[in-house]
Amino acid sequence: MVYFPEEVVEYILGFLTSHRDRNAVSLVCRSWYHVERLSRRSVLVCNCYAVRPEFVHARFPRLRSLSVKGKPRFADFGLVPAGWGATAEPWVEACAAECPGLEELRLKRMVVSDECLRLLACSFPNFRSLVLVCCEGFSTDGLAAVATSCRFIKELELHESLVEDRGSHWLECFPKPSTLLESLNFSCLTGEVNGHALEKLVARSPNLRSLRLNRSVPLDVLARILSHTHRLVDLCTGSFVRGNIADAYSGLFNGFQHCSLLKGLSGLWDATSWFIPVIFPVCKNLTCLNLSYAPMVRSTYLIEFIRHCKKLRHLWVLDHIGDGGLKIVASSCVELEELRVFPANADVRASTAVTEEGLVSISAGCDKLQYVLYFCQRMTNSALITVAKNCPRLKSFRLCIIKPGSPDAVTGQSMDEGFGAIVHSCKGLRRLSLSGLLTDIVFLYIGMYAERLEMLSVAFAGDTDDGMTYVLNGCKNLKKLEIRDSPFGDSALLAGMHKYEALRSLSMSSCNVTLGGCKSLAATMPSLNVEVMNEAVSIDEADENTNNAKVEKVYIYRTVAGPRGDAPEFISIV
Amino acid sequence: MSVETERSSTESSAASGLDFEETALTLRLPGSSSSSSSSAAAVETDRKRAASIPDDDPDRRSAAADSPPSPKARVVGWPPVRSFRKNALAASASAAASKAKFVKVAVDGAPYLRKVDLEAYPGYDQLLAALQDKFFSHFTIRKVGNEEMKLVDAVSGTEYVPTYEDKDGDWMLVGDVPWKMFVETCQRLRLMKSSEAVNLGTESSWSIVLFLKAADVTFCMARLSIFCKNLILLFLF
Repeated sequence: MVYFPEEVVEYILGFLTSHRDRNAVSLVCRSWYHVERLSRRSVLVCNCYAVRPEFVHARFPRLRSLSVKGKPRFADFGLVPAGWGATAEPWVEACAAECPGLEELRLKRMVVSDECLRLLACSFPNFRSLVLVCCEGFSTDGLAAVATSCRFIKELELHESLVEDRGSHWLECFPKPSTLLESLNFSCLTGEVNGHALEKLVARSPNLRSLRLNRSVPLDVLARILSHTHRLVDLCTGSFVRGNIADAYSGLFNGFQHCSLLKGLSGLWDATSWFIPVIFPVCKNLTCLNLSYAPMVRSTYLIEFIRHCKKLRHLWVLDHIGDGGLKIVASSCVELEELRVFPANADVRASTAVTEEGLVSISAGCDKLQYVLYFCQRMTNSALITVAKNCPRLKSFRLCIIKPGSPDAVTGQSMDEGFGAIVHSCKGLRRLSLSGLLTDIVFLYIGMYAERLEMLSVAFAGDTDDGMTYVLNGCKNLKKLEIRDSPFGDSALLAGMHKYEALRSLSMSSCNVTLGGCKSLAATMPSLNVEVMNEAVSIDEADENTNNAKVEKVYIYRTVAGPRGDAPEFISIV
Repeated sequence: MSVETERSSTESSAASGLDFEETALTLRLPGSSSSSSSSAAAVETDRKRAASIPDDDPDRRSAAADSPPSPKARVVGWPPVRSFRKNALAASASAAASKAKFVKVAVDGAPYLRKVDLEAYPGYDQLLAALQDKFFSHFTIRKVGNEEMKLVDAVSGTEYVPTYEDKDGDWMLVGDVPWKMFVETCQRLRLMKSSEAVNLGTESSWSIVLFLKAADVTFCMARLSIFCKNLILLFLF
């Protein structure tokens, strides 16, 4: 056996950047474990309760970049009540104590307070990048603290977070005379923003490449910002019905004409068809386009614009583009890799303009398609079979037929065959969301064919416990499973016992799982946390009857940190 | 899938109690008939389930009854659209649908009238662009001076002046008052042919008017009217 000095191993490992590769390397032998852990710069913790922050720092002392995810994905749709937990405090405090050289922090679905942001601002002198995705609990005062103290900040991004508005003075707090900002995203802020301060900030940020404004930024401010910088690569505009439109029109047109580097465009809040000519100059270079906040643009103008975006790779639209519109997208945007079609009207009863035909034409025209999110009112098995045949490279397929339990629109049968075709044909499928009328058969197909599947979302599907058992027995690479409103009960829950340590988490909401089932699972598998959420009824554990009572929601995850201490009252850890 | 593999899988699965033949992945159009009787039975049970005939198995009924709630009920968190997006689109919808003010638009020479929603436009430019869009295929908006606006049909060369009827019943020139006030007071619109718009001071000598400011227009008009009067006097004598 050739002896490799550790320095050589460390050098080789330096080329590995993906978390998975690094995790795999650390399992080879003790010496490699130590080399890897001492040289690791970036760590991803997929569940903030799976491990204690101190352990992370003890294992990886030279950490520079930390990403932590908190609440289960159900929280995005109102299925997790407030006060559930996932606070960022323990993580930031641990970093402040053990890792003062921290440069990047990325939090997803966590509760971040202003205190936390202030601590962050004053603890890390080299701090470069703060990304908060779907977070809440902080206000613009916290942002001001970060902007004031972090002199080297490069990225400040708030994606879809809930931020309390306490004025827009935070924009003035960034370093003067110039900042190192490369990316600024505050598109989720709901309050007014001082246009003057914003313009001055952009003027003193020569490295700015990505700028995402919130809805309140008027058009004339946008026009002036575009005149200050011609190097933007990604832009999210403010609202198109604010500001002095007549003046702004020509300014905007000139501004966009000079944005030769612009590749991503989003926002376009309340844009009507009049403003499409203004953004026309950028369409030939665009690779990412998000029109999903512009419900008032007539589909003819929309289509005319998209028709010229030949290099488009990512497209987010509302469903009023219609099947005809999607057909034109399919013929013009042959490089398309990601398509998301959202409902313009989230009301279940309203009709949407896209059907299975739109999806089929997209699949026929765009063979590089990898990520699909499609909301529609109707779908057929034959359409899904065609899509599966046309796009075998799909990695993520999320179909939402809006009415729960809808059968095939033409034959009236269940949608099992269609989804079965998708998992059979798309060998690289990593993520799948099911909808429509589905029986246990679709789960059989998924268990048999979806070998690379990592995340599965199930809603209103299945007949018996067999469905869930097929999936748990079959999908070797499954990491996250979320199930709602499906008739899976204790026997399915307990049958998959051996599998849960390999899963990151399992969320079940409004299924047939009882408290007794959860308790026996928790007793058998001590390495899992089984959290039961029953808001209406308080759980009296001694009572025999309650063991047979169904639980509303249960969240099961593997952990080395033991039961969490900050669980609120409505959660009982069994 | 060949028949042999199907048979062998059926034999091995007989012990586990699962009938694989019934659930074999066929990848053919659903509902199409097949030769084997068991898959026909599978198709039939599918149809039964979908049609939910009352004389179904009681076990199946109770299992199905647990899953989807009545379609008319609002389900929490369904469809799975993030609250951020829902709130954003709701705000747009409420802003758009709050008040819609539809007024009739008449164009001299057109066989029928149209209606436009004044609340949908943020300003005069956009309204005129919409009118251009609705009535004429090739058009240019000509801004005359600072305030007056006209629409010219490039094909026929006819000029149209946008006018509106206000709450008092008077016909006014579009563009004088602030946009919001205009939306409140306007009752109907008329695109009047330039040759007819005598009383509103925008006719004749339009070629001179093009290059002059509004103040100069009235001055020119006064001068020209005197000139015309002189001409007439000259002809009479």
